Amino acid sequence: MNDMSMLKVNEVALAAPAAAADTREMLLEAIGLHTYYGSSHILHGVNFNIRKGEALGLMGRNGMGKTTLIRTMLGFLTPKAGGVLVRGQRMTGGPTHKIARLGIAYVPEGRGIFPNLTVKENLIMAARAGVEGQREWTFERVMATFPRLSERLTNGGGQLSGGEQQMLTIGRALMTNPDLLILDEATEGLAPLIVREIWRVIREIRDSGIATVVVDKNHAAVTAVTDRSMILVKGQVVFDGPSEEVRNNPELIQKHLGV
Amino acid sequence: MDFVSFLIQVLNSLQYGLLLFLVASGLTLVFGIMGIINLAHGSFYMIGAYLAFALTSMTGNLMLSIALGVPLAFAFGALLEWLLFSHLYKRDHLEQVLLTYGLILIFEELRSLAVGDDVHGVAIPAIFSASIPLSDNLSYPVYRLVISVVCLALAGGLYYLIQRTRLGMMIRAGSHDRDMVKALGIDINVLYRTVFALGVALAALAGMLAAPISSVYPGMGSSVLIISFVIVVIGGVGSVWGALVAALLIGFADTFGKVLLPDLAGLMVYLVMAVVLLWRPEGIFRKG
Repeated sequence: MNDMSMLKVNEVALAAPAAAADTREMLLEAIGLHTYYGSSHILHGVNFNIRKGEALGLMGRNGMGKTTLIRTMLGFLTPKAGGVLVRGQRMTGGPTHKIARLGIAYVPEGRGIFPNLTVKENLIMAARAGVEGQREWTFERVMATFPRLSERLTNGGGQLSGGEQQMLTIGRALMTNPDLLILDEATEGLAPLIVREIWRVIREIRDSGIATVVVDKNHAAVTAVTDRSMILVKGQVVFDGPSEEVRNNPELIQKHLGV
Repeated sequence: MDFVSFLIQVLNSLQYGLLLFLVASGLTLVFGIMGIINLAHGSFYMIGAYLAFALTSMTGNLMLSIALGVPLAFAFGALLEWLLFSHLYKRDHLEQVLLTYGLILIFEELRSLAVGDDVHGVAIPAIFSASIPLSDNLSYPVYRLVISVVCLALAGGLYYLIQRTRLGMMIRAGSHDRDMVKALGIDINVLYRTVFALGVALAALAGMLAAPISSVYPGMGSSVLIISFVIVVIGGVGSVWGALVAALLIGFADTFGKVLLPDLAGLMVYLVMAVVLLWRPEGIFRKG
């Protein structure tokens, strides 16, 4: 990639929020991220931002840098250049637990439950009040949201089905009373019925006012639950705008997301 | 062997095994959760014993010395973790072995400078100095029973801490996936420091409790270290319950080995380890 094309992309990405004149608090922001895995250059100057209450779809084919972007913003990876701001505080390269304590919760690809803890322990070990002291997501509310889990409280996390594990990971993230929930491939490898259930929960979370970043292969579903979409191609943002525009633009979908 | 002698050996086995458990539990936690091979863990036992000797010389009371010594050992452990061990987590095992072996030498040398190389005794607290007569000529010292009871209570406390408290849940979670623990907003460094300091405090406490019965002598940490590693391996790396079962097994094997097969006494412990590992190569309890 030459410098000119990178510059153009950055301008587009930076212009979008300004045009909207959005005054909601900026929860998470990345500016000009360049992240490497060893010697391979994964992110090429990515700008990212999400405000309170916003629902954002993050899309792109496999290996385009979605997970790397998320892991960089969570402080698991340190970018070679660029910065990460969490609620306006510089948090480039972590520490991850401080970023989480600023109200950012993460549902990783491939789940990430603790199989050596029971379902109940997985949930209560994470319980905490949110940044503004809110305790809206209690154990009881998570149980009400995921009735299947309530039947399995004493089971080890590893004994759950894939769908139940995913619900547990989402429930556990909610126990931290976050302001932003990042879901990386939450429906991957799950049966259609469970997938529907997960999307219902994601909508419920969004409607409760928690900002969400949704990464998923199903672009129709992503654009249906989000207001704004971003598309990553080879570590660069090629689209950042209303989800509606993606939905109504089959060419864009074909070019960047089609298989 | 008549019944009374048998009973005495059973009590001795329990006392020895439970004391070893205090040392091995910290070793297995640090090894299992942080992945650190800490050869200096036996030194904490030695330091505990010398601390008991030094504090008892000043206060005249072992129990008061323990009450002072355990928090000191905990603080020392936290300091050591912050200063040295926290830099070892991402290093390979060879570097861990080098540093922790170096620490053994430093601790022994410091001990030599501070209190010399003599063997010291520590008095049993007066209220526990009695013996319970079991037959005409055999009796059992109350203090050994006290050690067993204290160790059992601590094992129970440790069980409660790890299985029932949120701290214990975080510790167990951290042994499985440290990144996910961080992503939930938990400071893994504080968690590791707490576990390490706890391990140091338990090993030092074992040394303090043992001081009156084993006396206090140079190099007392190394024999305990080797036995503790045997226990960790038999019990399954990272498993506190494995360590408890293995420590008791070793306590019985060693005590009864000395009585029944004195010629093979030195081998018994390793024989048990070989048999257990042939039966279960990953130890009695797998990591969990």
